[in-house]
Amino acid sequence: MEINIMKSKDLPEETLKTVHSNTENQKTVMKNRMETKNLTVKYGSIYGVKNISLPFQDKTVTALIGPSGCGKTTYLRALNRMHDLTREAKIEGEVLLDNKNIYDEDINPVTIRRKIGMVFQKPTPFPTMSIYDNVVAGLKLVGIRNRSLLDEVCEKALKQAALFDEVKDRLKTPAVSISGGQQQRLSIARALAVEPEVLLMDEPTSSLDPQATLRIEELIHVLKKDITIIIITHNMQQAARVSDKTAFFYVGDLIEAGDTNTIFTNPKEKQTEDYITGRFG
Amino acid sequence: MRRRRIHDKFIEILLVIATIAVLLPLIIIIFHVIVEGVSALNYEFFTEELGSPSRAIQGKPTGLVHTILGTIVVDMLALVIAVPVGIGAGMMLSEYPDHMLNPTLRIMNDTLNGMPAILKGLFAFVLIVKPMGTFSGLAGGVALSFVMLPIIARATESALLTIPWTIREAGLALGIPRWRVVISAVMPAAKTGLATGLLLAFARAAGEAAPLLFTSFGNNYLPDQWFGFIFNPVDTLPQRLYSLAISPYSEWHSMGWAAAIVLLVMVILAFVFARFVTRGKVQLK
Amino acid sequence: MESDSAGGGAPTILNGRKPNILYLWLGDKIFTAVVVILGASIIMLALGMAWVLFDEGSLSLREYGFINFIKGKTWDPAVQLVFGAWPFIFGTVITSSMALLIAFFPALAVAIFSAEYAPPWLSGIIDNLVQLIAAIPSVVIGIWGIFVLAPWLRDTVYMPIYLWTELNQPGLLPILGNPIGYGMATATIVLALMIVPYTTALAKDAIKAVPKDQREASWALGSTRWEVIRMAVLPYARGGITAGAILSLGRAIGETMAVAMLIGNKNTLPFSIFGAGATMPSVIVNEFREAVESLHLSSLMAIGFVLFIIALIVNLTAAYINRKLSIGGGQIL
Repeated sequence: MEINIMKSKDLPEETLKTVHSNTENQKTVMKNRMETKNLTVKYGSIYGVKNISLPFQDKTVTALIGPSGCGKTTYLRALNRMHDLTREAKIEGEVLLDNKNIYDEDINPVTIRRKIGMVFQKPTPFPTMSIYDNVVAGLKLVGIRNRSLLDEVCEKALKQAALFDEVKDRLKTPAVSISGGQQQRLSIARALAVEPEVLLMDEPTSSLDPQATLRIEELIHVLKKDITIIIITHNMQQAARVSDKTAFFYVGDLIEAGDTNTIFTNPKEKQTEDYITGRFG
Repeated sequence: MRRRRIHDKFIEILLVIATIAVLLPLIIIIFHVIVEGVSALNYEFFTEELGSPSRAIQGKPTGLVHTILGTIVVDMLALVIAVPVGIGAGMMLSEYPDHMLNPTLRIMNDTLNGMPAILKGLFAFVLIVKPMGTFSGLAGGVALSFVMLPIIARATESALLTIPWTIREAGLALGIPRWRVVISAVMPAAKTGLATGLLLAFARAAGEAAPLLFTSFGNNYLPDQWFGFIFNPVDTLPQRLYSLAISPYSEWHSMGWAAAIVLLVMVILAFVFARFVTRGKVQLK
Repeated sequence: MESDSAGGGAPTILNGRKPNILYLWLGDKIFTAVVVILGASIIMLALGMAWVLFDEGSLSLREYGFINFIKGKTWDPAVQLVFGAWPFIFGTVITSSMALLIAFFPALAVAIFSAEYAPPWLSGIIDNLVQLIAAIPSVVIGIWGIFVLAPWLRDTVYMPIYLWTELNQPGLLPILGNPIGYGMATATIVLALMIVPYTTALAKDAIKAVPKDQREASWALGSTRWEVIRMAVLPYARGGITAGAILSLGRAIGETMAVAMLIGNKNTLPFSIFGAGATMPSVIVNEFREAVESLHLSSLMAIGFVLFIIALIVNLTAAYINRKLSIGGGQIL
């Protein structure tokens, strides 16, 4: 399964290792795919997050960690304009995708969300649709109806999400009929089907069992060869396992950000150390 | 303790008696309507038009075929008007939860729902009958749509709100525009709730006579052309039932009972069907 | 943002295919506009209804003045052409408040029985029956009232009372009125029958909304079932029950057809208990189709406007009580 995917990508394995082990040196080479500059999200007069400036490099995994209510989710949702739905939230500062602010007047949030996908805490299959229709929803529901194209996309996305073999014989069954872990991988496949450049994941494994969690972590490793991933997690081991960069949030502030190795072995800030060693949160 | 327990038992018996006393007369009503109605129903009832009272008095075949057809036309007109507007308004409440008009919309919708149906008839009279210069099926449909509207809007709102907000966000995160998410992902998931709302609105409006008296007015005959149902005065079951019941002819009284059972069956069917749809939903989940 | 290929080596199937314009800007704009227009149309409708009734009634309201129109005790469309709404306001208030008085406690009893005593299957039957009864059209109740209830009431209730009074208290006869069967008393009884399902359903909702721990606390004290209901359930549900009763009153005020068929339709005060009377909706039903004088039509519209105001006050009061007493009573939790 995995070998299959490796073949389909033309990224040599060495590169992957380089990214993994030698991120510091790569920094100059790798460009920032996404970046926030002084990003503030306010709910009325209450701050969700304050003045966050954080770069996200191309084809890396960045983990956002911090105790509950520290603003991670608020921050993540600002990255693909999910706050647009609620009038309450006010966004200040900039979110740059390829150096263009996604909150600019001339930017269409729909276009932005096609480039910046999102996977949620709980699986969110569309209840009345089949597995197939769920995967291609992001295409079909914007008017792309070419049958063979949809079939191709569906298969590729399901393979990427390591779900294809399990469901290939029942693509027409309702999506709500498969298990929770499968539904979450389906949600990921659905997000991948529109071929996003950045994928935001909000605690994607929090409602899953260890087996399903492992599969999703493997998936993240494979996916980062092609796309930039930003993931929120409460699980320190998970952050250490899957991410190249880590950012620590605490009550709406970004306390520290850097290489995952550095953050976990040699954090600069006392709060970061306390959190990572489990003294609070 | 024993006295308290006897007291408790006494209250329970009292409650049982009260329950029976309340439900009994209402069951008697249904019983009477069925007995009187069934004996008054005949083949001609569904095939002949009413005509003048002399027809019934002379024992010639009369019926309410024009009334039944008129009822169907007027109720359908009402649905055609009320369904899109009601669903739209319900969507505004559920899909744009912090739109600045929503608090006003909620109050106005409840106000409209609480208004006596007869006032909706007067309103439709001024709105449609006066400018057109004639009573019409169209005016009746508009009046009934005012009865349905607030019910549909409310039902739509609560049906759509049962669908988790994350479903909408998941759709948006795929780069699907909001309208398409609502129509293709949210609405289908809420379809049983929507159907229940429509059926209950229909059941409520189909039994209303008051708004029809000054709008579709009534007519003893079938129209010459089909559009006579829309642009001319039209007979409807509730309004005809009223006219028959207060008429001085005993032949018409028994026809009134027949109309009553047809109307009752129609309304109860819609009602039972609404329950049935809701039950199906529970099983699906 | 034309950097679709910036991702580099990733093989794409879509090749940056984009949704068409309908899916980008236009669709959402149209959708929002349509939905907001439809929503706003309900607001316009409610306001429009108030305005239309006022505007159409303004000829009469200007002729008499709002207060004098309400206080006017004479309604004579035939000879004097004088229009005062008081008889109908009086008839409406008396019939609907008496109906609520009759209906309230039995309805509450059914609600308590169904919510607290009856086993689930029986409770289900009662609830469905109650809702089914609420769905019976007003005209169907009306025809039953005309041909079954009114004659029965006349023969078995009104006549004996009338004859007894005639023998023992002849002075009370004018208050009692002529027992023809169609009149204030019959209309009130039918109204009570018609609002029982509403009062029951709303009271049951309120009782069901009482939090579980309220009951359990009372059970723990060794209370009997009735004591639990009286001490723990009813005090917490009182907001909802009161609001439900007021909403039922609103129903009774607006109830038209059955009342128009049974009240006997008499436009002149004084009304008597058994004798004929009229309500605001019933006079509109009876006279609107035949009204030719513009002042007469306008007066009927003005009665509609007064009815609108009364219904509005009743509904707002119910909403207010529901909100206020609910929070105070802890129903919100």
